[in-house]
Amino acid sequence: MLYTLLCYNKEDVVWSWSKEEDDAVMNRLSAVHEKLVRQGKLGPSLRLLPTTAAATLRSGIVIDGPFAETKEQLLGFYVIDVENLEAALDVAKELSAANPTSVYEIRPIALYVPEARSNAPREMVRAY
Amino acid sequence: MTDLAWIHGAIAAARPQAVGALLRYFRDMDRAEEAFQDACLRALKSWPEKGPPRDPTAWLILVGRNAALDGVRKQSRVTALPPDEEISDLEDAESRLAERLDGSHYRDDVLRLLFICCHPDLPATQQIALALRIVSGLSVAQIARLFLVGEAAMEQRITRAKARIAKADVPFEAPGAIERAERVAVVAAMLYLLFNEGYSAGNDPKRAPLCDEAIRLTRLLLRLFQTEPEIMGLTALMLLQQARLAARFDAGGEVILLEDQDRSLWDGKLISEGLALVDKAMRHNRPGPYQIQAAIAATHARAATAASTDWAQIDHLYRGLERMQPSPVVSLNRAVAVAKLEGPAAALAMIEPLENALSGYFHYFGARGAFLLQLGRDHEARIAFDRAIALANTPAEAAHIRRHLDRLMASAEMS
Repeated sequence: MLYTLLCYNKEDVVWSWSKEEDDAVMNRLSAVHEKLVRQGKLGPSLRLLPTTAAATLRSGIVIDGPFAETKEQLLGFYVIDVENLEAALDVAKELSAANPTSVYEIRPIALYVPEARSNAPREMVRAY
Repeated sequence: MTDLAWIHGAIAAARPQAVGALLRYFRDMDRAEEAFQDACLRALKSWPEKGPPRDPTAWLILVGRNAALDGVRKQSRVTALPPDEEISDLEDAESRLAERLDGSHYRDDVLRLLFICCHPDLPATQQIALALRIVSGLSVAQIARLFLVGEAAMEQRITRAKARIAKADVPFEAPGAIERAERVAVVAAMLYLLFNEGYSAGNDPKRAPLCDEAIRLTRLLLRLFQTEPEIMGLTALMLLQQARLAARFDAGGEVILLEDQDRSLWDGKLISEGLALVDKAMRHNRPGPYQIQAAIAATHARAATAASTDWAQIDHLYRGLERMQPSPVVSLNRAVAVAKLEGPAAALAMIEPLENALSGYFHYFGARGAFLLQLGRDHEARIAFDRAIALANTPAEAAHIRRHLDRLMASAEMS
């Protein structure tokens, strides 16, 4: 079974960490990552930039800031590789046209660690 | 277990909002600060035992407010509030307060707290020192170290500044839209001063926290005003400048110019955040000075090598800045782009009319010397560099110019 683990924390606290504090946490996480890679359990992982760098596409309107409602739940996500925010919004608009009731938060990625498994799936994996 | 570092982080993050709310409640800065201190002491006692509250900020506000009211009641010999254990059990009260905190007050509380530090009667350095004391919660000793002055002198400065703002009419009612925008602009200017205080100090590790704190407070302002393109621009500007910190000085502490910097030392995380914010700001089509300066920094950040810098874009952006905020310093900066695009003669012709206005400005003579040097006018270059050294603000600046002079001397001996 594939799982995604979504990490939550107080962003004002985390983004106020000194370089030393940030490095210490990242190093501790790295140790866990390495173990998971050896065990063939770790797919791609990533760290997001703060929500202040986010924009949200809702009903065709672009709003500054993150997705802030609690009425909807996170149902899925995409990682896309494009030139800039404008291009990312174009992709979000295309997805939105295909799935009009969904809201898309466009958040830049600070750190992207690609798939490291030798046995990584090469085809679509369905849990249903 | 709640570790102490986490608690300190949570308290520091909560401080602007908590002190801002307590100030609105008590309308007295000293009392608000005391109430917050009190709440922090209780947090340090209670959180490691009971675990942190769901909303640390709401907890600190409520406990601070109760503690202060308790103090007042004790002084006036009125019946005391329920004992500590009961007010610390905040489940219901906390969630009610947390709901209210999401409202509009919260934003104006933090803005007010920043805004009262920017009183126009206070000189810039006092505004900054006051913000570090009141908003960031740094101790007087810490602030004194950042400003390289004695603790007693800084204590006196902050006490005077506080006395000055205590006499001022602090507007406690929620501001209107125009007034709010004006306050945001004033606060943004103060935060940029704070950043520059650290940035101009260069590689002095004692002063480096000034830039980090400016970025922290500006990110906070941006979280409160997420749709303000100028605040996006200011945040981006600081992040993109700060990203170059590790590359700005050599091992001996000497300045390394942008074009000579090792770009692999630039902080990619700060750059990507800065670029993302520039992108966001541009969508608003409401350009302002911070956005343009951030766009200039972004143009440098996007260039993989100095040689691939888009100087035409930088010239274009500086022209925009000249129109928006005409100043000889902006023109001087544009001259650097002109030198790249049209050569040193054009740049020199462009800055010569600025000499009167910039006769006391280190960078004017540094740039003039560099243009003259490129034109082979060594004697005049030496005169310009000598004047630059006399006007240098830091030893690192002087050392950088001295290197040019040494090279000039060496080539004069060879010929």
